[in-house]
Amino acid sequence: MALSGAHEPESGRPDKRGKELSGAEIVVQALVDEGVEFVFGYPGGAVLHIYDALFRQEAVKHILVRHEQGASHAADGYARATGKCGVCLVTSGPGATNAVTGIATAYMDSIPMVILTGQVPTPVIGSDAFQEVDTVGITRPCVKHNFLVKDVRELARTIRKAFYIATTGRPGPVVVDIPKDVTDPNIKIPYEYPHEIKLRSYNPVQKGHSGQIRKAVDLIVQAKRPVFYTGGGVVLGEASAQLTDLVRATGFPITSTLMGLGAYPMTDPQFIGMLGMHGTYEANMAMHETDVLVAVGARFDDRVTGKIEHFCPHAQIIHVDVDPSSISKNVKVHVPIVGQVSNVLADMLKLYREQVPRSDAPPLPDWWAKIDEWRGMDCLRYDRSSLSIKPQYAVETLYKVTHGDLYLTSDVGQHQMFAAQFYPFDKPRRWINSGGLGTMGFGLPAAMGVQLAFPDAQVACVSGEASILMCIQELATCLQYGLPIKVILLNNGYMGMVRQWQEFFYESRYSHSYVDALPDFVKLAESFGHVGMRVEQPADLEAAMTEAFGLRDRLVFMDIVVDPTENVYPMIAAGKGHHEMHLAPSLSDRELA
Amino acid sequence: MRHIIAVLLENEAGALSRVAGLFSARGYNIESLTVAPTDDPTLSRMTLVTTGNDDIVEQIKKQLNKLIDTVKLLDLSEGPHIEREMMMIKVRAVREDREEIKRLTEIFRAKIIDVTDTSYVIELTGASKKLDAFIDAVPEGLIVEVVRSGPTGIARGDKGLTV
Repeated sequence: MALSGAHEPESGRPDKRGKELSGAEIVVQALVDEGVEFVFGYPGGAVLHIYDALFRQEAVKHILVRHEQGASHAADGYARATGKCGVCLVTSGPGATNAVTGIATAYMDSIPMVILTGQVPTPVIGSDAFQEVDTVGITRPCVKHNFLVKDVRELARTIRKAFYIATTGRPGPVVVDIPKDVTDPNIKIPYEYPHEIKLRSYNPVQKGHSGQIRKAVDLIVQAKRPVFYTGGGVVLGEASAQLTDLVRATGFPITSTLMGLGAYPMTDPQFIGMLGMHGTYEANMAMHETDVLVAVGARFDDRVTGKIEHFCPHAQIIHVDVDPSSISKNVKVHVPIVGQVSNVLADMLKLYREQVPRSDAPPLPDWWAKIDEWRGMDCLRYDRSSLSIKPQYAVETLYKVTHGDLYLTSDVGQHQMFAAQFYPFDKPRRWINSGGLGTMGFGLPAAMGVQLAFPDAQVACVSGEASILMCIQELATCLQYGLPIKVILLNNGYMGMVRQWQEFFYESRYSHSYVDALPDFVKLAESFGHVGMRVEQPADLEAAMTEAFGLRDRLVFMDIVVDPTENVYPMIAAGKGHHEMHLAPSLSDRELA
Repeated sequence: MRHIIAVLLENEAGALSRVAGLFSARGYNIESLTVAPTDDPTLSRMTLVTTGNDDIVEQIKKQLNKLIDTVKLLDLSEGPHIEREMMMIKVRAVREDREEIKRLTEIFRAKIIDVTDTSYVIELTGASKKLDAFIDAVPEGLIVEVVRSGPTGIARGDKGLTV
């Protein structure tokens, strides 16, 4: 299949076709030809030639991080917010291994990224040279594909392949490992960038099978208790508009995974909340009772399904996904449809319109009555009269202060779940978090990538006092590039999610989940040149947040002291079904349906 | 159930380790795996034998197809096909055993390809079960060494697994 994805040279971007370039210059020029704005990286011996070539041009901006993990998360955040390919550049050995956590994070969430890693010179590969690791070997299980370039004549074509593979089909990270001698400034060859690339072994499916789509629509038309269950694939596949049209046309309820939040407007009445382990009562009960499940760009992850044997026991399942290996992997589906979700959803809507005329009558009154009854449980209720700041209240205040217009990145733990439950996103690519790998330390560097992509947008990182310390060094990067991110630290003095599991399943033995000897976060932020704030009283929170977001050109680190005992509800314990939720204690004395 | 799967791979460095890594990372069974370049030097052909229920084998095939280096894949077990494995077996052969082993070799249509005063090396090609049967037939205690290629396979009929 042919694809002309690479950018034609724009005005102002240098065109070097046919010029004699060194390997290092080819790397940089290839990035220019791909339309790359930012490279997140950290220099070192094996990439010095490339850094020298970067120094001698202005088309590609390099962002110097403080740790290679930060580079890979920042490139990832940039990719998630923009839909473009994130790029990082790190040196061999520890540079590459430090980036691996970020590569694995991107792999689990199918994020398009190209990671250029330096390698020791080809003659010494395999000799345990200084800063040598088998980067291709180490990254193999956590990349979509990887390459070792042994010949400068292969360099441009390999980089083009890497971008093509990373951004098409089910996206993912691609590593290009480049030995130092391949970038030798003294060896120059004529530069040609292949704008078209053909791979006989890689042909992502575009259109869905029309017979399968017809079968799916037949099921949808006859459904009595249908639910849409949508995931990150809708965001990645730019299918938000097509999804919204189809869901509105059918009048069906829709639930989303953590990764899909915002693909359908969360403030819309047809949206019944996130599903899964910390999903809403109404979403999980609807999953349990549904007769036709329309899964779109979702992968039936264990945090979503609960115990497989109890998953959607009454449902005929339709599954739309670009990756055939996601279909019937964990749950056997009845109508598989492989294709780009945007195309398939548009085809489904067309067929649906042929079969069902427009009508003003409210659809599925019995099913919606049932859902409204479940909604009446008010499963996300929390104690609003508390004297301490509840984390839920902090997220609600964040929503109020930012008027819902925010790019919110997250670290991993309770704060992530509270943000997912209490900040309703109405647009895709606004909620940026590590769902699959669950990488603590992701939030701050990811926010850097987002803020660089959208310098005028409000960008915040919700975090915990444990997660934030895992990539705290990036505060220096934020100062260097003037990134006015707002860090919303929900400080409960515990690794909250670990503490919650220990409370529930280990008889409150809080083994090593208490974070003793925390830094003074205000001073810490100030020492990095930023603004620090500490908030302890619920009454002060809104004013403080308003002030923080008012400082439009400063990074503000808000250390918000929240209730250390608060738990995330509802919760489905591992190995339980959707109908076996734990609700907050004040709710659980009520009869469950 | 046992499946024998033929895969055409780009003949690139690391292609084999991608397949081997896939099986270990996802916990799939792998009984044997053989690989060599084809008449087209840019392509390798791999034959692998695995076991699992239908769902697992379906997932194995999808995951193999998902590898960027995989050009084509065919589950030979789904249709009529021919399987061949090659074995070389070194046996102790002295006195009356020398005649006994020779007779066995003739019965199995094998070949003796190396002879010393005290040993033979026998070459035998066939379906894996035939090789197993030969090993069982060699009198107790005479086997010195066994080396097997692992099965390779090809579909019957005029259609080919080609690009």
